Amino acid sequence: MSNVPAELRYTKDHEWLRREDDGSVTVGITDHAQEQLGDLVFVELPEVGARCDAGAECCVVESVKAASDVYCPIAGEVSAVNESLADSPEAINTDAYGEGWLFRLAPTDAAAIDALLDAEAYQALLEAEDH
Amino acid sequence: MQTPLHPQHVALGGKLVPFAGWKMPLHYGSQIEEHHAVRTHWGLFDVSHMTVVDVEGDAAEAYLRRLLANDVARLEAGKALYSCMLAEDGGVLDDLIVYLRAPGRYRVVVNAATRDKDLAWMEAQAEGFAVSVTERIDLAMIAVQGPEAAARLPEHLPDALGAPLAALKPFHAHEDGNLFVGRTGYTGEDGFELLLPGTDAGALWDALVGAGARPCGLGARDTLRLEAGMNLYGTDMDESVSPLESGLGWTVAWEPAERTFIGREALEAQRQDPERRRFAGLVLRERGVLRNGTEVELEDGRRGAVTSGSFSPTLGLSIALARLPAGKESSAMALLRGKPLPVEVVKPPFVRQGKACIPT
Repeated sequence: MSNVPAELRYTKDHEWLRREDDGSVTVGITDHAQEQLGDLVFVELPEVGARCDAGAECCVVESVKAASDVYCPIAGEVSAVNESLADSPEAINTDAYGEGWLFRLAPTDAAAIDALLDAEAYQALLEAEDH
Repeated sequence: MQTPLHPQHVALGGKLVPFAGWKMPLHYGSQIEEHHAVRTHWGLFDVSHMTVVDVEGDAAEAYLRRLLANDVARLEAGKALYSCMLAEDGGVLDDLIVYLRAPGRYRVVVNAATRDKDLAWMEAQAEGFAVSVTERIDLAMIAVQGPEAAARLPEHLPDALGAPLAALKPFHAHEDGNLFVGRTGYTGEDGFELLLPGTDAGALWDALVGAGARPCGLGARDTLRLEAGMNLYGTDMDESVSPLESGLGWTVAWEPAERTFIGREALEAQRQDPERRRFAGLVLRERGVLRNGTEVELEDGRRGAVTSGSFSPTLGLSIALARLPAGKESSAMALLRGKPLPVEVVKPPFVRQGKACIPT
């Protein structure tokens, strides 16, 4: 069973978002997504300072099995990226919601995150995909 | 279908996926850790999905000398041979291992995905030969692979096997009662493949896991064989290509010239063809992973394609097998997700016995 923390927001593309105290938003891929991909071997991160529209491809995560695009879940400017993934992409497998974070955004619209799926809705999506 | 080791896979938390009609473990958590376990210690694979066929009878040798592109007349009792089974047009129907157990008694191991086609072909070709072709669905198959396999396996087998296994040479097999042990494998490491009654398989598997052998799934099996430069049927070759364009020319026994194996005529013609495609290894040193079907362009614009590509856990970069236009180029461009990236063209293997065969 995949881990779906209650305090996060989610997209139907299996990304998670966390609103930080400073107003920035941290983005990663969900436990379910890493499970589907298998062992991660490369991560291509966006540039700090890049402006991304909601739905734009901004990141590639590549596992032994497949390469997968990560879409920017809400519009904003990339304020930080998880450099440590270059050496240890497996952090996404072992700690998808912690050490395995991908990038941080300064959102164009701070309220945009509220329109995304909450944990309950994402859990329902996973259960629907299972059938 | 489920192998006799299905309860073990479930108990070990294996991620089970459909494979050639079977439910097989892809991994038990991390395919990369499983891969490393086989390169550095020892690992276990359930390969019971493979199809085991006993070919027996007075005409068994004559039959197999016609059926297979390699020549079973080269075998002595207890020895194994790798061969392709070809169609008349030289296309590869399957690749297999054949063991000579005793005069007139052969054991053939073919792929799972090709079972129906192979059995039908083998039956059809048996007409006119005094030979029986019998599938051994009752047998399970366990591969025990890795540098520690030879030291650790025997203590879990009957005592009588200790000395024969210690003396068993690569590509040889030893039998004792219901247990058939070949010093063979699909990983590029030392190791064994064991055939035994399905009813005995669970106890042996449990004992080996208890002794520290790491259970490994199809994922690690694929990256290990790719590093070892071993072909996979269905991706690296199939009925549309000959062994000569699949890096398997070495498995075709041309001598004696009068042996008329199926597909020989077609291969003889292709052997002279200067445009015959080349089968080679690729190494990508930039970030990215070569995938099955990735296009590869030579400097002059001619194109080929990756037949199987993945990430090499041992080397930490991507490697592939590829079918390329005829030539001797030592570099090319891989068109990866729309982006051209330079690749080195090398002769496989990439890794053997835990050691890199290319500069890293």
